[in-house]
Amino acid sequence: MYAYDELDRTLINERVSEFRDQVKRRLSGELTEDEFKMLRLQNGVYLQLHAYMFRVAIPYGTLSSKQLRALAHVARRYDRGYGHFTTRQNIQYNWIKLAELPDALADLAEVGIHAMQTSGNNTRNVTSDQWAGVAPGEIEDPRIWSELLRQYTTLHPEFSFLPRKFKFAITASSHDRAAIKIHDIGLRLYRNAEGETGFEVLVGGGLGRTPFIAKTIKPFVPGRDLLSYVEAILRVYNQYGRRDNIYKARIKILVHELGIEKFAQEVEEEWLQIRDSALTLDSSVVEEVRSRFSYPVYEKLPHMPEELKKAAHDPLFERWRRNSVFPHKMPGYAIVTLSLKPVGGPPGDATAEQMDAIADLADKYSFGEIRVGHEQNLALPHVARRDLPVLWKALDKIGVATPNVNLVSDIIACPGLDYCSLANARSIPIAQELTRRFANHDTANLIGRLHINISGCINACGHHHVGHIGILGVEKNGEEFYQITIGGRADENAELGALIGPAVKYGEVADVIEDIVEAYLALRARPDELFVETVKRLGVEPFRERVYATR
Amino acid sequence: MPLVKGGRIATDAFVHVADDAELPGDGAVLISAARFLENPEAISRRLGKTGVIWPNNRDVDDLVPYLDRLAVVALVFPTFRDGRAYSQARLLRERYGFKGELRATGQVLRDQFLFMLRAGFDAFEVKKEADAEAFTNTAKRYSVFYQPTGDGRLTALHQRMQLRHSESAGQ
Repeated sequence: MYAYDELDRTLINERVSEFRDQVKRRLSGELTEDEFKMLRLQNGVYLQLHAYMFRVAIPYGTLSSKQLRALAHVARRYDRGYGHFTTRQNIQYNWIKLAELPDALADLAEVGIHAMQTSGNNTRNVTSDQWAGVAPGEIEDPRIWSELLRQYTTLHPEFSFLPRKFKFAITASSHDRAAIKIHDIGLRLYRNAEGETGFEVLVGGGLGRTPFIAKTIKPFVPGRDLLSYVEAILRVYNQYGRRDNIYKARIKILVHELGIEKFAQEVEEEWLQIRDSALTLDSSVVEEVRSRFSYPVYEKLPHMPEELKKAAHDPLFERWRRNSVFPHKMPGYAIVTLSLKPVGGPPGDATAEQMDAIADLADKYSFGEIRVGHEQNLALPHVARRDLPVLWKALDKIGVATPNVNLVSDIIACPGLDYCSLANARSIPIAQELTRRFANHDTANLIGRLHINISGCINACGHHHVGHIGILGVEKNGEEFYQITIGGRADENAELGALIGPAVKYGEVADVIEDIVEAYLALRARPDELFVETVKRLGVEPFRERVYATR
Repeated sequence: MPLVKGGRIATDAFVHVADDAELPGDGAVLISAARFLENPEAISRRLGKTGVIWPNNRDVDDLVPYLDRLAVVALVFPTFRDGRAYSQARLLRERYGFKGELRATGQVLRDQFLFMLRAGFDAFEVKKEADAEAFTNTAKRYSVFYQPTGDGRLTALHQRMQLRHSESAGQ
């Protein structure tokens, strides 16, 4: 965990009082809605269909139990008793009152949480691998660099009014759990042939109306130069990114229009001017931030304790364990994913009671730490394997032990037309229906790893382009229709899915998905050939035939 | 539109002269980039100071050769959402060493003052009277800064390093 010091605390308190003043000026009419809009967006406040929506940042997906309790408190005190975890390590509340927002922010500030730059045309929450610091084989903890970037990007005087929003993601593992290739800047931490640690820098990834997979702009940037290199990219973008058309304003369009070589050259020229500046991260500066992260003192524990051997006879425990428990860098410990995808529930939602209970369990079994992943699930990152059976019972009791992690019903979905003013179609009921169709665990297990992503509009908050199966809500003559893509993925082999054919009606979506899954089961070469692999091997055609032959 | 300079409301010594209006023989003037670049030599020979309004979609490189003759560079925020002039300001101050007045014009509102100060602006044509009056207080809203810019404010990281230094020196 990163511990805020006095300076970090002072800054967020100053932010809270600034926003309190801004809200006051809005309520008194001194600020017009147009002027206020940008200010509230920079504090994560959207105006949605029914009410204000409030988005709070969970930097690089790490939470303490105290912080999670504060999130529960906000849900209970200022909202309707629940929150929604998003695909970018944020939590959203849907029913906040404007006049109460400054108080909610002040309560969160007490535990070092804020909503700065969770919306608006600025640098957004820096996201990372939810297993950072505990994943086996990781180069080093990417959260040190995420925190350096969090500080660097917070209230940046030059880059707070960019052409469009700007998102960073960092990973330090060979398997990318942070979806860095669909971010404006993706950073892959690795050690080069000389043994030096640095970053492969990718730029111009993003979904939305014009999806692009990020391209490598520089294969190796040493850690000390990270901030100056990022500043060079942001400066080129701030000056030359398009501002005439909101749909062409992201950096991906600039990179696409200039070409990656030309863009890289512009950045390089700028970088050489600022490379040796106050932005250089001397090792002492990096160590200073590193020293503010605390790590658990692990015990020496057996890999296969008695408790686990005994529980292995319980098939219900076993199916959960196989599905939700992952290897940890320390022997005797495990990473446990908590599914926020119950059958029939809205993906990514947690009630205040669940959050409080998870915080208690984290204190008891995970050194007080919780993680939030872009798949809209939570994780307990340091669980002793001997505690798994008792933890499972406790998690099951509060409804977060559905054994469907990475399976077909572990659906990623945006809030859609049930909440969002941008949406063209509903996402949540589609997800709910699909979880019912695939509620049978044995079937889901037989299907294997399969990610379904649903977005209620082209803005793609549900990352539908990179779902193994992507579902995109569109509107045709006032009716909800859905385009289906297959073969997308968000990991180190990121790819955009391909459209299988004409959009289908709301009532047909679940049937179509079932058809696609059945086609896959019939077509796969081996039981362990994943859905995406079958699509890669055979292309869209056999799936198209299966879906449209009878429609 | 009040001008804030040196932290307080001041009278503007510069007269905005439109492109089709005659340039007065003396006195401080603020003119467009296009007019200035038509004949920078002649304009610089005038009695009276020169200020140039530089558009936010043109590289400041084109202005760099003339910076030592200019008393004011005014950068433009067509709306407060358009942040290009922040980059221009930092380049003029930090890379090209411009020492004259750097003026923010356009939709200049209270909530951008501190960003502008940090980017190197020292004069502000403020849209609203109330915002101009609130300048001093608004500029003091923050005491912690995460990024180094040319404004000399110490960053949080470096404050921490200093603190650590003084702690270890005291032991």
